[in-house]
Amino acid sequence: MKLTNIDLEKLIPENLISVTKMERRAFLKIGLVITGVFAGGRILSVTSNVSEAFASGKDFVDQYPYKPHYSMVIRQGLCIDCERCLKACKETNSVPDYGYRTRILTKIVTDAVGRKREFIPILCNHCNDAPCTRACPTRATYKNKENGIVMMESKKCIGCKMCILACPYEARYFNAERHAIDKCNFCWDTRLSKGEKLTACSYVCPTGARIFGDMSDPDNVAYKMVHQVEKQVWVLRPESGTKPNVFYMKATRSSPWDLRKQDGAR
Amino acid sequence: MLGKIKKETAERWGYMGFKSLFSSGIYFNVFAFLGLVTIAGLAVGLHGTYTGYHNVYGVTRQIPWGVLISGYIFCVVTSTGLCLVSSIGHVFGYEPYMPIAKRAVFLSIAFMLGGFIIIFFDIENPHRMAIYNLLSPNFTSNMWWMGTLYGLYLLALIVEYFFLLDQNHSMSRLAGLFGVLFGVAAHSNLGAVFGMLHGREFWYGPYMPIYFIVSAMMSGGAAIIFFSCLAWKIDRTVLTRRMERAIMAVCQLTILLIAIILFFTFWKIISGIVSPEKYIAIQAFLTGPYAPNFWIAELGFGLVIPFILLIRSKGINTNLMFIATGFMLVGIFFMRYDLVLAGQIVPVFHALHVEEYSSLLLYTPSLHEISVVTAGILIAIVLYLGGEKVLNAHKFQKHAIVPPGAFICQGCGGIHYMKEGESQDDALKRHHRMRKVDREDEHA
Ligand code: SF4
Ligand code: SF4
Repeated sequence: MKLTNIDLEKLIPENLISVTKMERRAFLKIGLVITGVFAGGRILSVTSNVSEAFASGKDFVDQYPYKPHYSMVIRQGLCIDCERCLKACKETNSVPDYGYRTRILTKIVTDAVGRKREFIPILCNHCNDAPCTRACPTRATYKNKENGIVMMESKKCIGCKMCILACPYEARYFNAERHAIDKCNFCWDTRLSKGEKLTACSYVCPTGARIFGDMSDPDNVAYKMVHQVEKQVWVLRPESGTKPNVFYMKATRSSPWDLRKQDGAR
Repeated sequence: MLGKIKKETAERWGYMGFKSLFSSGIYFNVFAFLGLVTIAGLAVGLHGTYTGYHNVYGVTRQIPWGVLISGYIFCVVTSTGLCLVSSIGHVFGYEPYMPIAKRAVFLSIAFMLGGFIIIFFDIENPHRMAIYNLLSPNFTSNMWWMGTLYGLYLLALIVEYFFLLDQNHSMSRLAGLFGVLFGVAAHSNLGAVFGMLHGREFWYGPYMPIYFIVSAMMSGGAAIIFFSCLAWKIDRTVLTRRMERAIMAVCQLTILLIAIILFFTFWKIISGIVSPEKYIAIQAFLTGPYAPNFWIAELGFGLVIPFILLIRSKGINTNLMFIATGFMLVGIFFMRYDLVLAGQIVPVFHALHVEEYSSLLLYTPSLHEISVVTAGILIAIVLYLGGEKVLNAHKFQKHAIVPPGAFICQGCGGIHYMKEGESQDDALKRHHRMRKVDREDEHA
């Protein structure tokens, strides 16, 4: 019994390391070769033992300590870079032109068949283990005890920019109008606290690339999306150990039939 | 107020009055010129405060810390180093280092003030810092500890300096001990500000705090030698036998510390090259856009040239030492600059291979930033120049530093202890010529 325990312990970090390194070399390749279920920022398994990961159901519960535990699932591949989310965010949260709370990154895969570009929306991950809140000298940025949203109390921000450096996801910027750091707060002050169910970006997204939801509720759509056996789910930069709450998964728009058609055309 | 210091206090402090500044025309002109440049720099900085830093500074969302933080680090590193190196003498009692104490602690305060002024222009809302550092402290934040510990450190330095001036050596020693404790804590914590950012591979790890302390001592050594040699150029009488010995001792220590930092740098690079996380940043410094900074300024000016010159000076040739440590201070500034940038030039999302982050991030200091850093460093230098004149070149009154039962040796300038019933002459002989005979005496 003891022996198996040790083996398991050893196995997990090894996987973590190899994933990180390979990810650095070629993220695309890794997406194809190794697929992982990451929840709460931890790799729980690689495809070969997905079932094992799901067997340890308790782990998942522990990963979602808040009630509601807000989270966003990004269905990478559905995003078409229409930037309506950016516009909605700017309007809802009065984000100035020099800043942004969320952004769409573009990845070009030259040797892909068909579509060569993929868009990756990024935003604050509302990390369970948020390095930004640890770094802040005055607790101007903090994790809300109920819903886990990482928020700002602007009047306490001294503007040292320590949190910008501490965040591994570049989710923060200095807002001169607020005289404080500004960042995504899942539209807490502008929408959620007023009874809305979705963030502005998720509400306007025409393709459903941004699914906003509550991870503490197994009936919630976001929970269901992340906990499907056949889906690969990951988080960005898992090696930072921040336990992010924004999950990424592939959702492809090209069915095998579409691809066959492309073949025929060639 | 200062003008009204009582005569005997003034004598004890070596206070010469502000009139002494005017004693030499050239000196005063230099002093006034640097003072004006400082004020101009601060004015440019205040203009930035008024227009909003994001309009005039070169820092960005991706590179939020630029030359201001480098300048701040340069100043506080030098300050800590001055405090640590001088403490070897007047706190821990190693006699050859004692004569440098007064000037070193004074400079230490001057550099700390310079550093604080620079960081004042970096922090967006310094007034909130004063309030919420107290009302809403975050004990897990290195930034909080940095503010707090450096505050305590500066306080200890000021108390220490006051007692040094007042020639109360037991109290200055006690305050000095606190200065050393807070200094080491504050400074290693400053390393941890960088070393505990686990999203930034280049900095992450225990290397930073250790490196910061060792390189602080190196900077301190360089600063003591540089400013003492400068003091001799201003006033030859400062160069007493004891001072000569002290500087020779500091010079030896500095050479050793350069060697240690060389070896730190070497292993940082070698280990960085094999680490996929750090590779890109290291390459940027070895062969990329920052190569001149690294090879010429950091390695050449900061380490190799002074290493050779200091060895050749044998701790005696003040001109050589002056040039060597001058190079060193310039090089050390670049070391801080490179260190701050290295952790930021690689975009956090580079591993995603997205278009937006396909290349290294660039940062160029703006005029406003450069002005503020210049002003901050010049403040320290102006204070130094003022101090040399107004405080009588930080000379100790002889009797004050000599412990009971000891005397200042006419021969070597060191402090010797007298055995019971021994005259100064006998003690001198025992310490110098007669050692062997002495031993034979004891055997007999
Ligand atoms: S993504 Fe960045 S800003 Fe958001 S919680 Fe994590 S560390 Fe903090
Ligand atoms: S910039 Fe503001 S929120 Fe960020 S660490 Fe400093 S005080 Fe905290």
